[in-house]
Formats: sequence, C-alpha cells, structure tokens
Amino acid sequence: MKEQPGTGPERPEKNILQYLHDRQVRAVIIQAAVFSAIVALLAFAAMNTAGNLAKAGITSGFGFLQQAAGFDISQTLIEYSRGSSYGRAFFVGLLNTLVMSAVVIAASTLMGFVLGITRLSPNWLVSRMTAVWIDIIRNIPLLLQIFFWYIAILSPLPGPKQALSMGGVYLCNRGLIMPRPIFEDGIWVAGVAVALACACAVALHRWARNRQRATGKPFPVWRSVPAILVLLPLAGLALAGFPVTFEAPVMKGFNFQGGLTVIPEFTALALSLTLYASAFIAENVRAGIESVSHGQQEAAQALGLRPGQTMRMIIIPQAMRVIIPPLTSQHLTSVKNSSLAVVIGYPDLMSIFAGTTLNQTGQAVEIIAITMLVYLTASLLISGFMNWYNRKMAIVER
Amino acid sequence: MYVKTERHPDLAPPVLEAGALAWARKNLFSSPLNTLLTLFGLWLLWATVPPFLSWAVINANWAGDGRAACETLPGEQAGACWVFIKIRLGVLFYGFYPEPERWRIDMAAIQLFAALAPLIAASLAPGRWERGLVLFPAAGALAVLALCGPVPGLVAAAFLLAPSILCRVDFTRLTVRLPTNPLLRAALAAGVFLGVRYAAQTFMPKAADSLAIFSLVLLFLAATMGKAGPTRWRLSLLVFVFPFISFWLLLGDAFGLPHVATDQWGGMSLTLIIASFGMSTSLPLGILLALGRRSTMPVIRSLCVAYIEFIRGVPLISVLFMASVMLPLMLPPGTTFDKLLRALVGMSIFYAAYMAEVVRGGLQALPKGQFEAAEALGFRYWRAMRLIIMPQALRVVIPGITNTFLGLFKDTTLVAVINLMDILGVVKSALADSQWLGFTKEGYLFAGFAFWVFCFGISRYSMQLEKRLKVKR
Repeated sequence: MKEQPGTGPERPEKNILQYLHDRQVRAVIIQAAVFSAIVALLAFAAMNTAGNLAKAGITSGFGFLQQAAGFDISQTLIEYSRGSSYGRAFFVGLLNTLVMSAVVIAASTLMGFVLGITRLSPNWLVSRMTAVWIDIIRNIPLLLQIFFWYIAILSPLPGPKQALSMGGVYLCNRGLIMPRPIFEDGIWVAGVAVALACACAVALHRWARNRQRATGKPFPVWRSVPAILVLLPLAGLALAGFPVTFEAPVMKGFNFQGGLTVIPEFTALALSLTLYASAFIAENVRAGIESVSHGQQEAAQALGLRPGQTMRMIIIPQAMRVIIPPLTSQHLTSVKNSSLAVVIGYPDLMSIFAGTTLNQTGQAVEIIAITMLVYLTASLLISGFMNWYNRKMAIVER
Repeated sequence: MYVKTERHPDLAPPVLEAGALAWARKNLFSSPLNTLLTLFGLWLLWATVPPFLSWAVINANWAGDGRAACETLPGEQAGACWVFIKIRLGVLFYGFYPEPERWRIDMAAIQLFAALAPLIAASLAPGRWERGLVLFPAAGALAVLALCGPVPGLVAAAFLLAPSILCRVDFTRLTVRLPTNPLLRAALAAGVFLGVRYAAQTFMPKAADSLAIFSLVLLFLAATMGKAGPTRWRLSLLVFVFPFISFWLLLGDAFGLPHVATDQWGGMSLTLIIASFGMSTSLPLGILLALGRRSTMPVIRSLCVAYIEFIRGVPLISVLFMASVMLPLMLPPGTTFDKLLRALVGMSIFYAAYMAEVVRGGLQALPKGQFEAAEALGFRYWRAMRLIIMPQALRVVIPGITNTFLGLFKDTTLVAVINLMDILGVVKSALADSQWLGFTKEGYLFAGFAFWVFCFGISRYSMQLEKRLKVKR
C-alpha cells in the first residue's frame, strides 16, 4: 500500500504546556526573557542616574566641552593654555596618549625581537641572562615598575644645577633636556630627499625581488636600503647648506631655558611600558622561532644558505605567522596600559579627561563614555591593521 | 722487540674536546661574535651585580629599630635600609586592620593554603612525592613563619604536611581522596582540631574553640570530596566558597566577631583578597559568557560578543573608574556601596571577559563529535556541558586560565588608583612618613619581590601542569 505524501503518523494535538518543550519555542522565550531583563536593568540604571544627576545639579550633555578648562598641562603638543576649552584639553590628552603608544609600540617591538633572539642565542651566558631578565620583568606588576622608575629612580635625581650631562643632553629631576632643532628656510629640500629616499628604497626592493625571481641573482638589499635612507637625506641637507641649527638649553636662574624638555613622567612611563611589553614580546618571538621545525633550518643549511640568510629568508618569515597574533594583542595591551599614566601624572587622555576634567565638571557619564570609546576605537583600528597584515603573511593555501 | 703486554691506560680526552674548557669553547666562544657577546655579558654582570649586592646585602642595615640605624656614617658605603621594611612588616601584610583582630587574617591565609594545598600537591608527579613533601610545606611554613612568627609557622607546616601525606589527589579529575582508613581519618580530624585550637589560643583565646569547630566543618566539606560522582564540583565548591567565607570572617559583625570596616583592610592581605575573589568570580562568569558566545540563540550570542569585545577594548582603569564613579550613580539614591566592593565588581566584570575568551579557545578545540555524541545520548544542554564538554575543554586551557589569573593578580595593584590601600598603597603611605623620607627604593623593591615570588611560583606551576597534561594526552 502506497503511503500518501504528507501524511505521516498522526500527530497528537499539542496543548500550550507541551509547547514549552519545543526547542525553538524555548529559545525564543529564553532570549526574550534575557533581553527584557537586560533592558529593564539598563532602564533602571538610567533612571537612577538621571535622578542622581538632577539631584546633584549636573546638567547632562556635551556643552561642557566648550567651557574654559582653567588648568595647566605639563606636556602639550598643540597650542593650549589655561583659557582653552575642555574640548581642546581632550585633544591634548589624546595626542599625548597617541605619542606614548607610538613610542612604546615601536620601541618594545624592536627590543622584544632583540631579547627574543638573544634568548635563543647559542651563547649560554647571554641566553641565560636574557631569560633571567625576562622572568624578573614579567612577574612584577607594571604599576609597581612605573612607580619604581618614577619615584625611586627619576625623582631623586639632582636638580637642574647639578644635572648629569653628556654631550649637551642634561638629565635632572625636571626631565631629559636636549638641544632643540630649529628648521630654517631650505628645509624642504631635505624633506623632498627623505621622500625620494623612501621611494627609491621601495623601488629597489621591488626591482631586486623581481630580478631574483627572474634570474636567481640576489641583490644586497639589506645593506643598500639603509645606506640610501641615510645618505640621500644627508645629501639633501648638504645641498641646502644644512638649514638646521640647534638651540642648546641654557641654565638661567633655577632652571634650563630653551632646548627640548622631555618631562620625567614621559620618560618613566615610556621606559617601564617598553621594558614590560618587550619582555612579553620576547617570549612570543621565542615561541614563534621555536615553532619553525628544525628541518627547515637543516634544509636551508643543505641548500648552502649562510646562518644570517637562513634566519632572514627561512626562519623569520615562517615564525612571523606565529608571532603576529600575540604581538597584536600585546600592542593592544600596551595602548591600554598607557592609561596607567594617571598614577604618575603624565597628562594622557585618562588623566586629563577622566581625571581632572571629570573632577572639575562632574560629567561622569559623558566623560567615561567618551574615554572608553576612544580606547575602543584605537583597539579596533590596531587589531584591524594587524589582521590585514596577518592575512598578507598567512600561508597561501589552495 | 718491544711488545706491549698489557693494555695502555685510557688517555684523558683532549682538553679542548671535553670538560669545562670545551664547554666554554662551544657555548661561550664559538665565534668572534659570540666571544664579543660573552665579554659584553660578563661586563654587564660585573657592572650591575656586585654594586647591587653590596647595596642590598653587604652594606645594608638589617638590625635596629629606628631611623638612626640607617644613618650612613661618613666614609661608609651607602647601603639599603631594610629596617624600614622590618618595622613595617605588620602594616605591609595586614594594612591598618586593628591589631588585636589580625588573627582573623592569619586564619583566612591558613584556610587559603589548606584549600590550595591539594591542588599544589597534585602538581607533583608520583615520582616527585619526596621532593614535594619537603619543598612545598617547607616553603609555605617559611612564608607564614616570616610573616607571623614561630607558632603559626609550625601550625602551617602541620597543615601543609597533612594533606600531602594523607590525601591522594588526582588532578586530571580534580579529586581529593581522604584516607579510607577511619583511624587515619580520625587522626587527620584531631590534628586539624587541635592545631587550630592551639594556634588560635595564641592569637585569641576567647574564640579558639569556635574556630577549631569552624575548621572541622571545613574538613567535613573536604571529606565529601572522596565520594564517587562528580567530585570536582565539590572541590571547586571549596575553592570557590572559600573567598566568601574569608570575607565574612574578615568583615566580622557576626558570631561575636567585632565589625572591621573595609576601609581598614589593606596591605598584602587585601591584595590576596581581591585576587582570590576576582579569580573565583571571573572563571564561572567567563564560562557562562563563553557558552553564550557559542550559543545558537542570536540574541544571547550577540549580547555576549558585544560585552566581551567591549570590555577587552578598554583599559582596566576605565572599568575601575566606571565602577567607582558610575556604579553609585546607577543605584537608587541613598544606597551606599562599599568602596572595596566596587573594586571587586570592576575586577570581576573585566576579567570575566578575558576568561571567556580563554574558555572559548578550549570549547573550539573540542571536536564536534563530542557535542553530537552527548546529544545522541540524550543529554540535556547543561548536563552535557557539565559532564562532557567542560571537563575536557577546561583541561585543555588550564595554562591559559593560569595566565589570566596571573594577569589578574598583578592587576590588583590598580585598585590603588581608586584609593584602596593594597600593598602599593601601604608602601606609598610608608614612604610619605616624614621620619623615613628617602627609602623609596627599599619600599618598591620589597613590594616587587613579594609579587615576584607569587607570580614566578604560579607561572612555574602552570608550565609544569602544561608539560604534564601534554604527556597524558
């Protein structure tokens, strides 16, 4: 007997209670419940916040950004004075955070790679010393290291009159004071030369790669590119008759006048963040290099590559794939850690905006929202960039 | 003709092929670059280590009990002033907790060790029992001895020794088995009771009996762990319930204990409290978030993803600021919210997001067949997670979890930003003492050393676990 399509065994009628056992019905109910609970919680928090703010006499909104800030900032990259607005102070802080992050990211990458490679050095002494250093730095809280450098090392330095000096650079409790370059008219020639040098370097790299692919003849790019990058700008400067003079710091009264001053807060924070991050990066680099199988190195040796070439052309490119993801998250951590500036008073976004401005205006909701958004954006940008780079470096499979 | 009738004795190997010289040639001077590096390394050691040692040990001032002990006489080399630390050891560990009540902190610390002892004993592979038996209790007892004095030190040694001798521990299944022999079991109970009573009598005679009973209850809790079934949950109960018990013990205001407000808590003990509370809340929350992130329900999943990504994108300081500034705003007017509790909430919501990502890694490492098999056997969702998925997933990510705990432990220092007196806060306030100006290096080096000991220990423990788990799989 042929079964009629669409008529299976007769299903019993479901009553409402039985629907509760249906997976999909349940999922909808659970999600609706969780969602409404969260909405209710947020609404409760929002209502209380509004009520509390009204009680404290604080009008919410972003109008406060136009008011005069009325406080001084010790490191300003853009023009800023006591009369500038809170909005201006925000940008000063943002720039200070960005400068700190950029310095730390660059320096810690460099130092981390050096430490990671010396950690794997065949030289027993060097590798052991690096290991001890890394183990010390990694296991002490960053905040403590910042305090140590700032309070225990930099603050007790002698005053400007007894400053430690070396070749026109002075180190004292006012900071690191060095000659400031002053650019004169013809400086554009040097600028053009720098741009030209970069273009040349890229072009040379491409040409050398293509020639090697076509003919197998290598070209010493690694030696010639730095030469171009140094010599061309120097030639440009010479052509314009060296339009740079240095303004040396001069002792006047109780402090130095002129020159370029790096405030001690910057030095302490940059130093401790770099040391801390580089110890972690060194471990990532070591793990990355160790992840390349030993056969690769032996194969390279068998092909007659020299140790330096093996490292550069065989090991590092493969290790980079393992190194990049943790490197990214380490850099993200560094950017977020730069907010620890608040404890020693380096005027970054967190201490100017979520610190001083928040205390003066009481606009907690707006200020914390803006601050968090800035860090969130920075994080997303860096991880986006690193993901792009990672895709570029990843193994191309079928 | 000369014929050799007996075997010539073996010649020593060439000097350059074996022995210290060969080792040095191979490992230190194998190439010009290496020689240069070695010389540089030696120079660096020579330039840093002897001056540091002479400052920190040889010329340091250890004895004395006042500022005068640290005056550098003319012609004398400057040395560290450890007297500064010595006279503040109590404050550094207990903060400004009232002195007659400090035994409560000791009690909590001993409980912490007792709760962790089985875990740490478990990290010793069977062949290493002897080493562990000596090393672990010795280290723990030494720590207590240094911090509290001889009697608690002895008690701690007894405490630490007992679990290692009497309990059998299986880490992969996270179970502790008390001795089955009723005689041994009674001995253990009696030891705990008498030990606690004896220790408590030196601190606070009035509460000795109740404390001894209290610890017996703890032991009973531990005793249930030997039973068959999902015993790991009982162990985690002990580990995860412990911080709350200590919290109550420290806060007081119940069972005849006087109330000690949280703004009097401080020092290393506050650091440990925040760390252990953070650990025991962030792991369960993280597991829930990770499960939510892999859920098939779109609303739940997107909420979890948004939460995790948001928290991971902002610095801990901003979360702590938010907890300390915004949380009171969000509650109904008139509600007071303890400052320490704000910090704890901030730490938990921050580290839950990081823990979620670690746990998610473990979930993703499991083959899909495990989920399907659980379903095919008719397991409901939570049951499958509890009995099949989580035990396997968590085991894979134990190193990741330990690393996150390590980060949490180091980040407890950030509570100083919202004006809590953790060990850094205490050091800072000690440095501001006008009688003792100028001993910043000693203060921070001591705090750094304390952290280093803890963190280095945890990281070595995690490395060893990782190695062992790799062998077992």
